[in-house]
Amino acid sequence: MKNKDYNNFGSNLDKPGGVSLIANADIAIIGGGVVGCAVARRMALEGARIVLIEKASDILDGASKGNSAILHTGFDAPVGSLEQKCVNRGYEEYLKIHKSFNLPILKTGALVTAWSEEQENKFEDILKKGHDNDIKNLKLLSKTQILSIEPDLAKSVRSAISVPGEYVIDPWSSPLAYLRQAVDNGGQALFNAEVTGGEFDGNTWLLTTRKGQVRARYVINCAGLYGDIVDHNVLGGCEFTIKPRKGQFVVFDKAAGKLLSSVILPVPTERTKGIVLFPTIFGNIVVGPTAEEQESRNNACVDKEILISLTRQAIEKLPALANIQVTATYAGIRPATEEKHYRVIQDSDRNWITLGGIRSTGLTGALGLAAHVHDLLSDQGADFKALDNPSIHPVPNLAEHLPRDYKTRGYGEIVCHCEMVSQREILSAMEGPVPAGNLGGLKRRTRATMGRCQGFYCSARLAELTQGKFTNPLGIGDIDD
Amino acid sequence: MTNALKYNRCDVAIIGAGPAGLAAAATLKKQGIEHVLVLDRESEAGGIPRHCGHPPFGIIEYARLMTGPSYAKRLVASAQKAGVDIALKTSVTKLGFGGILTIATPKGMGELKAKRVLLATGVRETPRSARLVSGDRMLGISTTGALQSMVYLKNLIPFRYPLVVGTQIVSFSALLTCKKAGIKPVAMIEEKSSPTISWPLHHASSLFGVPLFLNTRITNIIGKDRVEMVQVLDGKKNTREIVCDGVLFTGQFTPESTLARMSHLDLDYGTGSPVIDGFGRCSDPSYWAAGNLLQPVNIAFNCWREGRRTAGRIAQDLKGSLPLSIK
Ligand SMILES: Cc1cc2nc3c(=O)[nH]c(=O)nc-3n(C[C@H](O)[C@H](O)[C@H](O)COP(=O)(O)OP(=O)(O)OC[C@H]3O[C@@H](n4cnc5c(N)ncnc54)[C@H](O)[C@@H]3O)c2cc1C
Ligand SMILES: Cc1cc2nc3c(=O)[nH]c(=O)nc-3n(C[C@H](O)[C@H](O)[C@H](O)COP(=O)(O)OP(=O)(O)OC[C@H]3O[C@@H](n4cnc5c(N)ncnc54)[C@H](O)[C@@H]3O)c2cc1C
Repeated sequence: MKNKDYNNFGSNLDKPGGVSLIANADIAIIGGGVVGCAVARRMALEGARIVLIEKASDILDGASKGNSAILHTGFDAPVGSLEQKCVNRGYEEYLKIHKSFNLPILKTGALVTAWSEEQENKFEDILKKGHDNDIKNLKLLSKTQILSIEPDLAKSVRSAISVPGEYVIDPWSSPLAYLRQAVDNGGQALFNAEVTGGEFDGNTWLLTTRKGQVRARYVINCAGLYGDIVDHNVLGGCEFTIKPRKGQFVVFDKAAGKLLSSVILPVPTERTKGIVLFPTIFGNIVVGPTAEEQESRNNACVDKEILISLTRQAIEKLPALANIQVTATYAGIRPATEEKHYRVIQDSDRNWITLGGIRSTGLTGALGLAAHVHDLLSDQGADFKALDNPSIHPVPNLAEHLPRDYKTRGYGEIVCHCEMVSQREILSAMEGPVPAGNLGGLKRRTRATMGRCQGFYCSARLAELTQGKFTNPLGIGDIDD
Repeated sequence: MTNALKYNRCDVAIIGAGPAGLAAAATLKKQGIEHVLVLDRESEAGGIPRHCGHPPFGIIEYARLMTGPSYAKRLVASAQKAGVDIALKTSVTKLGFGGILTIATPKGMGELKAKRVLLATGVRETPRSARLVSGDRMLGISTTGALQSMVYLKNLIPFRYPLVVGTQIVSFSALLTCKKAGIKPVAMIEEKSSPTISWPLHHASSLFGVPLFLNTRITNIIGKDRVEMVQVLDGKKNTREIVCDGVLFTGQFTPESTLARMSHLDLDYGTGSPVIDGFGRCSDPSYWAAGNLLQPVNIAFNCWREGRRTAGRIAQDLKGSLPLSIK
């Protein structure tokens, strides 16, 4: 369904992919972004038979592929909003479960920094909002206090609000862990299975996918950047329209890691949270994202001028970055809509819930949204029996501050030297219940080629190890072909 | 090959088994230094020449015109004959004060205390990301080093008709590699008004049938899963589209100075290399540096020669006969 508009949604009647029934479940979840993965986990734990249907060959093919990886407290969320509630709930649950999944947290805290008097003037509102959102530990910091925490920050900083609860997490291992738990507890995940249509017989849904048909009592649309299209194609209409909003980032080398320990948030504007400077769980420093409206839902291209401008802004705030090399650049696309809030729509008559417009806090809000889905389904009478002893499978640690695989003997050899990714890690990421479905997925599971050389040293070995595994391989043939 | 974990200490530890490191190691042994240990993270010694499957290598060192892989084998054999210990699949992960190295091997982690350490970790090319090139992210974007290791070490190719960016010596190497692998570059582009090295690249078009466009820079890479097309801006400010299935970024070498960068050693931020004195000694006098790490990029012979020279100084230093300064 690439960029086609939905005016021709009648065309889904030509039944792509045949009509064989490939899954039969209580709940079908459309989309394997962070939201879909979290919903899959929650409902599997509640005892439902779930099937997650993803159009790509791996999870995280949309908005969830490129974000800032910040676990938000929700201090600046609209007071009383569903977003605020989900972020809050998601945040609490993440803190509760992360250890059992071996999911890392970097307790960075955030500083909302003011660089002008005008920005300082907004502090009162921010503090009040934080208070109304029940975030009690916000604190005003003087320039001296800021510089004692972050001595490398530019001396032109004026003051800041400290938000101690904002943390940094692994944005890719988290959804993987959620889906893995859903699958470990009886769930099913289908890939390359774009949902193109469906029919509801008053009791059950029969969804059409590129792979075959899926039967389910309830459907949760978590198609992110394509949420409105799925609603149009299956329900025949949608309350909202996705307005893709791209955010570009520049990643600095790990040598920058020691220059910054907090997330540096700007004073937000109406439209965006603004350009953030933040440490990643992998040890880099990142600047971004921009907020650029665009037509395309899937074209996350970067632009040289913007990357240069981001780099400059980063150096203004953290001057020592001038001596640090750039490791990577990337962009993510927010599933924004014409309105600011989450667009959660329940169609009880048709057993359908759409989780749309999960724009810029979905990594945090996902677990909260999942709990919210459970509430909504219970309200409409869905009755499942929660599992007594759900199984849980820890994910491999990729965080720089915690022990990586190479510190344990028997790893074979290091394949990616920049990120110290072992052969054992790469091989095991291609196995198991939710194996990497493409090279991007393998990178997100292991960090191979995501370091400073971007594959100069390791692409040959990686091409060899992944030969025959993916539809789109690194090596496209032998020399003698 | 040696398991580095067997040792807690050694006289000289050399990080990097390329031409510089191996030449230095052999020289140190010949100067009577007892235990010289070369550490390399790869599973084979030899450094970059291992995957430069073409000449010219070894002309002065071994008085023969050799390909990179045979040159690499020769370097390893000479070092071993001299009594050098080589530990492979051994990554140095940290440089500590006074020559204490943290190492990771498949058999476990360890610490090694060396009286002197020589950094000979080489260079790499600047990838697309650090060049801040616009466009999508997809498969088919490579550097010469990555291409060569795919072609010469694994018999694989990442694309069939790429655009080649850059006109340094290594770009010529890239064309040779393409030729060998049956890859047909669609064009070679250079931002400047003449090739960085005029010979032999001026003749590249006739030699390889690859058109060379000067005053031309890449402005966009387009494609979904793989490269489908690039846009370039030519000297007359016209945007042109070139259909290709890959982009090969060549040259723009940057020292592989990660270890030094992450350590207590002073770094020259302009070049990215560790700061050294006239002898090749770093700001912590236990540490020394040689080879391409110091001079991106030089031919293997110069790295080999510098490795030998610096090794001579390290030997003097260990024997207490290093002069106070260079005359
Ligand atoms: C630049 C940026 C920075 C951000 N920073 C943060 C942050 O710091 N903290 C935070 O909490 N959040 C952040 N976010 C927000 C967060 O990333 C998003 O809210 C979240 O990723 C949305 O996830 P999703 O699952 O709703 O959508 P998506 O990730 O888009 O997932 C939808 C999935 O559905 C699949 N799909 C689409 N159509 C179909 C179909 N017809 N059939 C089957 N499958 C289909 C897609 O392939 C995709 O995998 C940021 C987002 C961006 C873009
Ligand atoms: C694509 C390409 C083509 C070339 N073609 C030619 C040519 O045709 N003729 C010519 O004369 N020269 C050529 N050169 C240049 C030549 O290869 C170099 O001059 C020479 O290899 C540099 O030697 P070196 O010892 O300094 O570093 P390298 O050969 O790069 O060796 C460095 C070694 O250090 C190891 N290492 C790095 N970090 C660590 C760590 N943390 N722990 C353990 N080990 C580590 C690496 O694995 C590597 O083996 C070419 C270079 C390139 C990149």
